[in-house]
Amino acid sequence: MSHKDGKKQTGIERLENAFAVCKAEGRRAVSPFITAGDPDSETTVAILKSISTAGATCCELGVPYSDPIADGAVIQSSYTRALNAGMNLEKMFSIVSEIREACEMPLLAMASYSLIFRSGIEAFVKRGESSGLAGFVVPDLPLEESDELDEQCRRSGLALVRLVTPTTPPERAREIAKRSTGFLYCVSVAGVTGERTALPDGLIDRIKWLRKESNVPILVGFGISSADQAREVATVADGVIVGSAVVRCLEEARDVETMANAAGSFVQELVKSCQVC
Amino acid sequence: MSRVQAESVDQKLSAVPDNFGRFGRFGGRYVPETLSAALNQLEKAYDDAIIDPEFVSELEGLFGAFVGRPTPLLFAERLTEKAGGAQIYFKREDLSHTGAHKINNTLGQALLAMRMGKKRIIAETGAGQHGVATATACARFGLECIVYMGAEDVRRQSPNVRTMKLMGAEVRPVESGSRTLRDAINEAMRDWMATVETTHYIIGSVVGPHPFPRIVRDFQSVIGRETIECCNKLFGRLPDTVVACVGGGSNAAGMFYPFVDFPDVRLVGIEAGGRSSNEGEHAAPLTYGTPGILHGSLSYVLQDLDGQTADVHSVSAGLDYPGVGPEHSYWRDSGRVDYTSVTDSAALDAFDMVAQQEGVLPALETSHALAWAVEAASEMSPEEILVVCMSGRGDKDAAEIARLRGQE
Repeated sequence: MSHKDGKKQTGIERLENAFAVCKAEGRRAVSPFITAGDPDSETTVAILKSISTAGATCCELGVPYSDPIADGAVIQSSYTRALNAGMNLEKMFSIVSEIREACEMPLLAMASYSLIFRSGIEAFVKRGESSGLAGFVVPDLPLEESDELDEQCRRSGLALVRLVTPTTPPERAREIAKRSTGFLYCVSVAGVTGERTALPDGLIDRIKWLRKESNVPILVGFGISSADQAREVATVADGVIVGSAVVRCLEEARDVETMANAAGSFVQELVKSCQVC
Repeated sequence: MSRVQAESVDQKLSAVPDNFGRFGRFGGRYVPETLSAALNQLEKAYDDAIIDPEFVSELEGLFGAFVGRPTPLLFAERLTEKAGGAQIYFKREDLSHTGAHKINNTLGQALLAMRMGKKRIIAETGAGQHGVATATACARFGLECIVYMGAEDVRRQSPNVRTMKLMGAEVRPVESGSRTLRDAINEAMRDWMATVETTHYIIGSVVGPHPFPRIVRDFQSVIGRETIECCNKLFGRLPDTVVACVGGGSNAAGMFYPFVDFPDVRLVGIEAGGRSSNEGEHAAPLTYGTPGILHGSLSYVLQDLDGQTADVHSVSAGLDYPGVGPEHSYWRDSGRVDYTSVTDSAALDAFDMVAQQEGVLPALETSHALAWAVEAASEMSPEEILVVCMSGRGDKDAAEIARLRGQE
């Protein structure tokens, strides 16, 4: 919890600061996604440090799950590799603690509710708080089922980032935006995670509409795979989330150092494309 | 007086799920936001359909002329003699068109899909019975049909793969994970995430997010209703014990649901005991599992301490699943239904026994319930009546059984 400057900040406050810094520097936020423990904890820590140095605003740490129904082939395979290599919750939280000591970059756990429920909601959130997580993204937890996790996150000052999708009706999107903390995750397409060559029609208008409805930053994710796409989204959104493209760029690298460098350069490129003034 | 009655009505075990899809604490809807709108749409379409006399009569017409309902209740005379106790009856779902109870659900859901204007259907299948039933319903209504099936199940249930293709369906083998039913459901959900506006997902069991467990149970409840009617006619009373196999649990839910408010009828669900009670060697979440979330609902599930889904095993592809429908978890915890498990080898023995004693080839799934029934009947009195839900026929298993015995 305590950090170098001795000041005790909540996860939500750390995210707010990170977004404020971005804004002050005329940039949109870049939030990469990587899988915890693919291929191992040591490499994950090295990659996280590298993308923090490269200028990532925050980072989603994917918690490997055996049955990730919201994920496409790239992240699914990454989860399988991590689990086969022995990744588990204890090791994931250790990675978070290590990064909390080393960098300012806030980390969010992208975790299936199956995992959170199994540990016990309160216990899981407390573990997140004490290891230094800034919040959670729970891709399989809709509004109706989220009261308990919401309550625990509020108590711990951790963000519960909620998702709106192209199939979400407007009044529901408003309610989701209202209840999202940290930022709002705008899913660009109906479908699973994965790279796509073009941004979907109507996305820009949808983001503009959401921008008016939301008091927290809006980050756009699912399918964003190149600096050009990031640049286009950055004209209207507060930031971009890039997942599968980062994970795939890591698949091609062989050892710890090249993986960390590859992730760093890719994130640097994204950060550059999200410089708006 | 009237108040007391109202309360007792409220407390009926059958008065579930609530508006959130809860069966007691179980059930619910744990899905990506992308699917929320479609599930709301489905819920509304279903609520409208079941009070629409046209929908009800169309489905009843199909149950009669297309499925061949009502299915008969057969006295298993030689098996009863061999067991030497209770009278054993088979509710002959195996005589349904396509050879199992699965068709009751797929016809109902295909009609719902058409009400929602969706012309593309996806489904998952384990043993292949649900895949065949879905392909059949789609052929009947001219709907596009894609069936996801674990690659391991494609191998061990090849007769059903051929049937699906003959009906015009596309079968997509799933190579991820354990290459069985659970992975097929994951893949079907992923497809649905991307196609939800034009596609209906006909889930094959009483599992998944609300409202699927309720819809599938309701369409399958014709099994229990017919059994009650037939028993009243034949015996002037209800049976003493009713048993069904439980994988996801749709034949059992359909059989048990009409009985749950009759406390004198003993209900028993049989899970796949596999090779042993060690983790990874069985598929019996109600016997060995803990409450957890899998495929969109809270129910008993086989998972490790972190919440990762455990590997499971059953000789029967239709029971080879780490989860179970949430209503079964509710019935388990309320004590209304007893659940236990039967091993691979006991199920295989029961398969032989029923084939040779009765001239009925049961599905390997059903054979689990039959193994328990023969045991249990022997400890009951000859006045007692035991009904087994003969959920499906075993033609699909003949080749796999021969292979297991090295008799290819």
